[in-house]
Amino acid sequence: MKLDSKIPSGPIQDKWEKHKFETKLVNPANKRKYRILVVGSGLAGASAAASLGELGYQVDVFTHNDSPRRAHSIAAQGGINASKNYPNDGDSVWRLFYDTVKGGDFRAREANVYRLAQLSGNIIDQCVAQGVPFAREYGGLLDNRSFGGAQVSRTFYARGQTGQQLLLGAYQSLMRQAAAGTVAIHPRTEFLDLVVVDGQARGVITRDLVTGKIERHLGHAVVLATGGYGNVFYLSTNARNCNVTATWRAHKRGAAFANPCFTQIHPTCIPVTGDHQSKLTLMSESLRNDGRVWIPKKKEDRSKDPATIPEGDRDYYLERRYPAFGNLVPRDIASRAAKQACDEGKGVGSSGMSVYLDFAESIQRLGQPVIAERYGNLFEMYERITAENPYQKPMRIYPAVHYTMGGLWVDYNLMSTIPGLFVLGEANFSDHGANRLGASALMQGLCDGYFVAPYTIGGYLASNAFKGVTSEHDAFREAEQAVDGGVKRLLSGRGKRTADDFHRSLGKILWDKCGMARNAAGLTQAIGDIAALRAEFRENVIVPGEGGDLNQALERAGRVGDFLEFAELLCLDALHRDESCGGHFREEHQYEDGEAKRNDEAFAYVAAWEHAGAGKAPILHKEALAFENVHLATRSYK
Amino acid sequence: MSATMNVTLRIWRQKNRHTKGRFVDYPLSDVSPEQSFLETLDVLNNQLEARGEDPVAFDSDCREGICGTCSLHISGTPHGPMKLTTTCQLHMRSFRSGATITVEPWRARAFPIVKDLIVDRSAFDRIVQSGGFVSVKTGSAPDANSLPVPKANAELAMDAAQCIGCGACVAACKNASAMLFVAAKVSHLALLPQGHAERKERVVKMIARMDQEGFGSCTNLSACEAVCPKGISVNFIARMNREYLRAGLTG
Repeated sequence: MKLDSKIPSGPIQDKWEKHKFETKLVNPANKRKYRILVVGSGLAGASAAASLGELGYQVDVFTHNDSPRRAHSIAAQGGINASKNYPNDGDSVWRLFYDTVKGGDFRAREANVYRLAQLSGNIIDQCVAQGVPFAREYGGLLDNRSFGGAQVSRTFYARGQTGQQLLLGAYQSLMRQAAAGTVAIHPRTEFLDLVVVDGQARGVITRDLVTGKIERHLGHAVVLATGGYGNVFYLSTNARNCNVTATWRAHKRGAAFANPCFTQIHPTCIPVTGDHQSKLTLMSESLRNDGRVWIPKKKEDRSKDPATIPEGDRDYYLERRYPAFGNLVPRDIASRAAKQACDEGKGVGSSGMSVYLDFAESIQRLGQPVIAERYGNLFEMYERITAENPYQKPMRIYPAVHYTMGGLWVDYNLMSTIPGLFVLGEANFSDHGANRLGASALMQGLCDGYFVAPYTIGGYLASNAFKGVTSEHDAFREAEQAVDGGVKRLLSGRGKRTADDFHRSLGKILWDKCGMARNAAGLTQAIGDIAALRAEFRENVIVPGEGGDLNQALERAGRVGDFLEFAELLCLDALHRDESCGGHFREEHQYEDGEAKRNDEAFAYVAAWEHAGAGKAPILHKEALAFENVHLATRSYK
Repeated sequence: MSATMNVTLRIWRQKNRHTKGRFVDYPLSDVSPEQSFLETLDVLNNQLEARGEDPVAFDSDCREGICGTCSLHISGTPHGPMKLTTTCQLHMRSFRSGATITVEPWRARAFPIVKDLIVDRSAFDRIVQSGGFVSVKTGSAPDANSLPVPKANAELAMDAAQCIGCGACVAACKNASAMLFVAAKVSHLALLPQGHAERKERVVKMIARMDQEGFGSCTNLSACEAVCPKGISVNFIARMNREYLRAGLTG
């Protein structure tokens, strides 16, 4: 395997224009002769499928949800960044680029990030034209707010439901193409394998989740927009059905997996209440605009009513440690600081595993109606879950797994190491380095789908020859048999433990050993524990029901099986990256004040892992990262 | 920590749309009031699976009240007893210990049962396909600030746009009408200048499709608004009716 990032030559600000001009085009009359298979219908998948359909390609969209509108992009709350500089506060393409590279702790590819910043404004234009009801000022123009890791207000938002509104915009465009007949939608259909013919991605094998039918689909290119793997931790802010199956199975077919250890723990989530917990709920980072994070200075105050603790006895630790950015430091830093506070025994709540996020001062300064207009739905959600009123009592928050920066390795064209397999959005690794800034995931998903993939996929189709294969080709038969065999093997499981039970055990191993803080001994132990759990899963899982029917136990078991394999690579990558950077914090590498200590000489590269076959150690490939425009420096938000 | 509860879940079980369904009682003990209603179903399913029995099939995904995947008629009310709350955000503290809780799928001709508590809501997608969009191609948009929108209109459009497409409005309606769902989309796009070009065509086509899918007529009883987890107002139905009339009068 050879990694060629295909970054165009020339000054960074001209690369994309030059590349677009040099990319071959498909004649309008020929576009309908090409079929593109898009897996996933979130922001990246829906926007790509709609745009490709508009161009005239034949597109198939596969989603495990009952409607494309339900993909997990819908849950993004706070907003979407763009360097429009409408507030006149000094923003620019260059500043968004700089903030993103720095926020990612210098582990992202400069050229991709610059393109993202360049195209960010077009996304807002597109969404407004679709009818996305962004928040507006009284003059009728668009409003902005601030997010972590930036000192400008560049975040566009639609109350606390920005992801929902952006996804509905993309979904409506997708529905328009479905009506026009350019896009065929396959709901309740799960991707189970990639078909590679003569080195090219030419198809997918799916399972109809209602009838259980295993099906073959032939195309000229495959797009995976299947999101991240946060649910490997069992508890995360991801939706219940988010999984690693598509990217993991593509990895086993030859796509390199990059930087799996770059996982993001979000600082502001509602704390865990018990063993029954099925997921964690995020409270948008935008709350840190007006909320102040604190813990009691004295341990004995941690069970007291917070209202009775005087100002002088409170430690606003983010404002104290990071005066320049205060409560708006990037997510990795805020999360680690919360963990430290709780580890020191100053955490609040019955478990002692939470910190306060307090709005009292903002309510006094701005009045409750203003706070309600900004965050009303988030406050309601908090009250619904905790039965506490955050207008009267500070919220209690704790970090939770939220996003994964790692993903399948892609080049500048968003193509993986398998020709014809494109990977968009959270499923790829490309833009966020070791830590993603708030309001940048929506930006990347839509940028990839609306403005990058439609060009680069065309370029791939125009510059490659395609053999006249059919879905009767041996590669299809072999992949279908493999999928069918996997389903039958799971259904023969007559052990004692359910897939969900195994998943919980896996999550605990990862959260303890590969969560917010990691070390070599813990990771080594985790790798052994995961292998043992995987072996037990093979012997002792129980999967009731049949294959030719709607069977949610079977769906869960398939996904957990893949998580059990993937988890080992995640820990292996974390063990090999013997430095701290962004969301990857190795306890062996920190400054005296507890800040992450990077090692640029040894680790300024993308770790792309090649699958070497079952039971064999994966092979590490390195893509060196060159920082020509933003100079390598220790991140400081002080 | 509050004491745990005992409840009985009386759940509709149905293998598929061609077979007859029936209620089955499942007693559960040691239920934490802090756990969500769907987590209680998870606990039950885990017990059933461990015994080699078929788990109760139900739809759920985000579990934070926004994706619209979860449904369930709980003791006679879509999404259960809490106002402005989806089933996934309903907690066991809303029930008393010892209660028998009846759990059914959405009941509507246009939402056929797939299995147990899962129904097919693809009719909603087809209604959106008939015109619930602005016909703008990728790349052809003018600058986002080139067209100011009065804040009040933008806010009202957002009130309508937050529909999650769960179908509770249909499930609550005696006539299984989809008026609130369709009205929310028609109003959202009619309130914004971006949606004006296709305003007349949109409302006519979406209503035609709604009728074709087998949804009933509006009862004017507002049961839909009462159960809508996003609190979408029936005023939008009045707005849609005006849009429809206007399209008819001005052709």
